[in-house]
Amino acid sequence: MSEMSKIVRTLSNITFPFIMVFGLYVIAHGHLTPGGGFQGGAVAASGCAMLLVAYGSGWVIDRIKISRLSAFESLGALGFIGTAFFGLIFGGMFFNNFLVETGILFNVVPRTGFTGSEFNTAGVLTLMNFSVGVKVIAGVFAIVVVMAYASSLKEWKQ
Amino acid sequence: MSARNIVAVIVFCVLAVFFVFTALMIPFGEPMKTQMDDYIIMHTQQETGTNSAVTTIVFDYRGFDTLGEATILFAAVSGVLMLFRRVKK
Amino acid sequence: MIYNIPFIAVVAMIFIGLYTVLFKRNVVKIVIGISIIESGVNLFLITLGYREGGVVPIFTGAPADVAANAPGSMVLPVPQALTLTSIVIGVAVLALMLSLIMHIYKKYGTLDVRKIRRLKE
Repeated sequence: MSEMSKIVRTLSNITFPFIMVFGLYVIAHGHLTPGGGFQGGAVAASGCAMLLVAYGSGWVIDRIKISRLSAFESLGALGFIGTAFFGLIFGGMFFNNFLVETGILFNVVPRTGFTGSEFNTAGVLTLMNFSVGVKVIAGVFAIVVVMAYASSLKEWKQ
Repeated sequence: MSARNIVAVIVFCVLAVFFVFTALMIPFGEPMKTQMDDYIIMHTQQETGTNSAVTTIVFDYRGFDTLGEATILFAAVSGVLMLFRRVKK
Repeated sequence: MIYNIPFIAVVAMIFIGLYTVLFKRNVVKIVIGISIIESGVNLFLITLGYREGGVVPIFTGAPADVAANAPGSMVLPVPQALTLTSIVIGVAVLALMLSLIMHIYKKYGTLDVRKIRRLKE
């Protein structure tokens, strides 16, 4: 698809950082407020899709390699499974929450009512939230880029 | 009307009777057995260290289902990228 | 009967989706019907776990009397967590269906279901 006019491009340049910050906020605070990995990843991926619509798929696919997006997604999946395997090594069970009981990093119990942003709280959940968030962003953005480029060609060279 | 349309209309009416009868019989607002959810809500803050019951169910009490969901997402992305592999620039 | 409105909405959504899948000719409309059926099923899963006069099962920002009376006035959290998985599965299936439709259109040149069945090579 071709690019859109200058007004649309300028406005999407302005609003793109706000959408990404909001998406990362929803991912990072998954254990205190409603949200988490999948929801925040969907918000951030729709911000990236807005840039794709504003600049045209030919422009975007010249500058982004699909193999690197694929590597990002595999990195997210490996982080998720690696955290589960660490639970098996340290605790004795698959998916064990080994950072809450005897932990170094994230082992404070939060209080009820108004919590500010007690980020030091949930054990393994914060690492898992980030891994799944990266996986969802990379996966959805790769699907949208490939489908937008393939539908804009007149004929497919085999 | 072809034979396919008549069979479709009959299936539609039979399913309509079943679905509407079920929708009027379920009580809304009184779930029947709640022992598992009561245990999870009572013990979330002490055992897991989070404030949100839904996130611990997704990642801690039922983390195995989330593993299957991540596999489905990975399979869908790799399937779409494989279908468009011959489309070159 | 007026209190069962969410369940009646679920039945209406499933029937609209089922009508679109059975009686329409365009392939894209059939895919839209499948997506409507999935939305109806997700709504049914969520409304199964509603407790009368309940709040969100999250302890951040909960008023004091709700937190003291803990599992009595909170909505069941397990169906909400499983609906999340169902939504992601719906997105994955929709992406694969749309890619297959693009290939079908490039090969046959038409989007009519009855003609796609009859062109044999």
